[in-house]
Amino acid sequence: MIRLTIAALALASAAPLLAETHVVSPGEGAQERLQEALILAEPGDEIVLEAGRYVLTDGLSLDVDGVTVRGSGMDGTVLDFTTQAGSGEGLLVTSDNVTLRDFALENPKGDGIKSKGADNIVYYRIRVTWTNGPDAGNGAYGIYPVESTGVLIDGAKVAGASDAGIYVGQSNRITVRNSIAEANVAGIEIENSRNALVEHNIATRNTGGILVFDLPGLPVMGGGNVIVANNLVVANDTPNFAPPGNIVAGVRRGTGIMVMANDKVLIENNIIDENPTAPIMVIAYTLGFDDERYNPFPREVVVGENLYGRGGDDPQLEGAEMLLAAFGGALPPVLWDGLGSIYAVEGTQGWSLNLTEQGKGLGGANPSPLMAQPPVSEFDRSGIGAPAELDERIG
Amino acid sequence: MIRSLAIAGLAAGALALTVSAAREASALPPPFINDAAILGEVQLDGEVREMPRTLAEYGFFLDAAGRVPDARLIPYELNTPLWSDGAEKLRFVYVPEGKQVKADGEGLLQFPVGTAIIKTFAFGEGEDQRYIETRLLLHRADGWLALPYRWNDDQTEATLALAGARLPITTPAGEDISYRIPNKNQCKSCHSLDGEVIPIGPKARNLSPDLLQRLAGDGRLDTAPKVSHALPRWTDAGADNATLARAYLDVNCAHCHRPGGGASNSGLDLRWEQDDPFAIGVRKPPVAAGRGAGGFLVSIEPGAPERSILVHRMDSNEPGVAMPELGRSSIDHKAIAVMREWIEGMDR
Repeated sequence: MIRLTIAALALASAAPLLAETHVVSPGEGAQERLQEALILAEPGDEIVLEAGRYVLTDGLSLDVDGVTVRGSGMDGTVLDFTTQAGSGEGLLVTSDNVTLRDFALENPKGDGIKSKGADNIVYYRIRVTWTNGPDAGNGAYGIYPVESTGVLIDGAKVAGASDAGIYVGQSNRITVRNSIAEANVAGIEIENSRNALVEHNIATRNTGGILVFDLPGLPVMGGGNVIVANNLVVANDTPNFAPPGNIVAGVRRGTGIMVMANDKVLIENNIIDENPTAPIMVIAYTLGFDDERYNPFPREVVVGENLYGRGGDDPQLEGAEMLLAAFGGALPPVLWDGLGSIYAVEGTQGWSLNLTEQGKGLGGANPSPLMAQPPVSEFDRSGIGAPAELDERIG
Repeated sequence: MIRSLAIAGLAAGALALTVSAAREASALPPPFINDAAILGEVQLDGEVREMPRTLAEYGFFLDAAGRVPDARLIPYELNTPLWSDGAEKLRFVYVPEGKQVKADGEGLLQFPVGTAIIKTFAFGEGEDQRYIETRLLLHRADGWLALPYRWNDDQTEATLALAGARLPITTPAGEDISYRIPNKNQCKSCHSLDGEVIPIGPKARNLSPDLLQRLAGDGRLDTAPKVSHALPRWTDAGADNATLARAYLDVNCAHCHRPGGGASNSGLDLRWEQDDPFAIGVRKPPVAAGRGAGGFLVSIEPGAPERSILVHRMDSNEPGVAMPELGRSSIDHKAIAVMREWIEGMDR
């Protein structure tokens, strides 16, 4: 009896020894079979989605810690939500230490994959596509982790989101890398989050390429400590197709990298080309707010070395013609509204609206060339990015 | 969980083998309420049955059709119930012998381990009434577990439907819909606070004072809680629109739209006790509503229901727009009329 109990304890504590693989194939009853596998999985298990197209009618959800969902490639395993009749997202994850890899979602009615309060989540080679291209009727977010600590998004590809392709909100310790965001309103958006690293991505044909925001009135506030580095931010020239009312509906077509109301953001070593409104835009939150926790200004934004191509030559800004004439046919790469604080390395060309008050619109604008100080100290990179152990899962 | 329990069960050997296991094996429903099934302690062939496959295994009803409840089930109603395509709901709670429910002010009653909350969804009147599904909330040692059971066409058996189902239904409003039985995880989407499964409905302020008095009198409830601000009866034509609207939002929306709930990241808090207008949506811009915002700028625009996201989303059937996201396939027109009048009457 005692021996048996000890054996049982040993087995029970060594979870990986017991880890199981559940194979799901496409075809008849895929909705129920796949959802059952997601429900019955246990920590450490892997759910393998065989290649093929899964026609789904409802959202899926995962609520078990430590599960891996693995397809046979982002073009091989496709979860097709074209006929989805319910739920607000294609897949909802609410458990910790989950790995999602090598599969695609097409045409979810709401968001693609939402993970909420799901700490240490890995999205690896996940594709979310709205196949009809930019359309206000498409779902809002492609990849949507929120209220989580530890987020790694690597090798993802998102196209057609009517809000943001990759949207990380109210989270901490985030890496978004090696991913492609194309033809979304916002390509990659980091919102009300801290310690985010956005690197080696391609953001193209979005309305705005990479956005770093902080918004008032949310449970988690105070975004900052963000590095946007080594990205290709090119030809973000799709007219804004967000449904009016969304915060990104105000993003001007042709915005490359935009920082709004955030603290300590470093933008460096990016290639930024063909963004007709502004390659880089640093601004205060533009609307009124009633939230004493909120700081609407960008603070200590650092514009480092970047490679600027063409840009600022067809800005969606009031008085564009006059501005273009004044600046000789194209606006300088960095646009600052004059509120908060910004540093720029020597030689950075820019201009400022020289606003003096938050929330008053462009009425008080008094444009002039940007006079920004070079950074006074080395940018503090400690603690930025997803915890290292998340990398091991995709090694 | 199943496996580790099974191993622990094996290790414990025959000690835990009880009469219930033998009874479990027979096809007939047990003649008494099966506490072991509620607690997840039934064993069959040496394996713990964490999720009984049929509703009959619990022994809540004396007949196979589930029409005759055991005398120990306490039927109850809610002042303002959750709306689910107009389904009729038959609600019972079972508290094991010798255990007591505790009141927590006006809020959720605190049910002891071993409690089962049983809710059957039915459509159709009188003879034609058909049971669709019975949802169980089981209070086990490690927390609450929510399980959906689907009734068969012959109305003789309800079986576990972990992945949920869709089936055609004609609503009381005469609408043909694809009715959704939620999967096990979707149960949790609503029945969740800070990641833990909890009951939603049986709050003191949403139960009849008579019932609370009676239970306290029997000793099944520790005390009849004093309720200063009860939810109105939804069917009460005399209640004012603001009260009805807030009650409806509390019951239908606030399990997600509250701190710690599934939609906490929206910052919208629709609980009955929330009195900050911005928190309940007045002039509050959306956060992650996407196209669900419908082109409108705020959740509630005072005086303008036609420009309020809250009404827009209640008035849509489209996934990605419709709210609540789960639990309905048709539109609650009566509720929308109440919302409209309430918002219309707000000072602009």
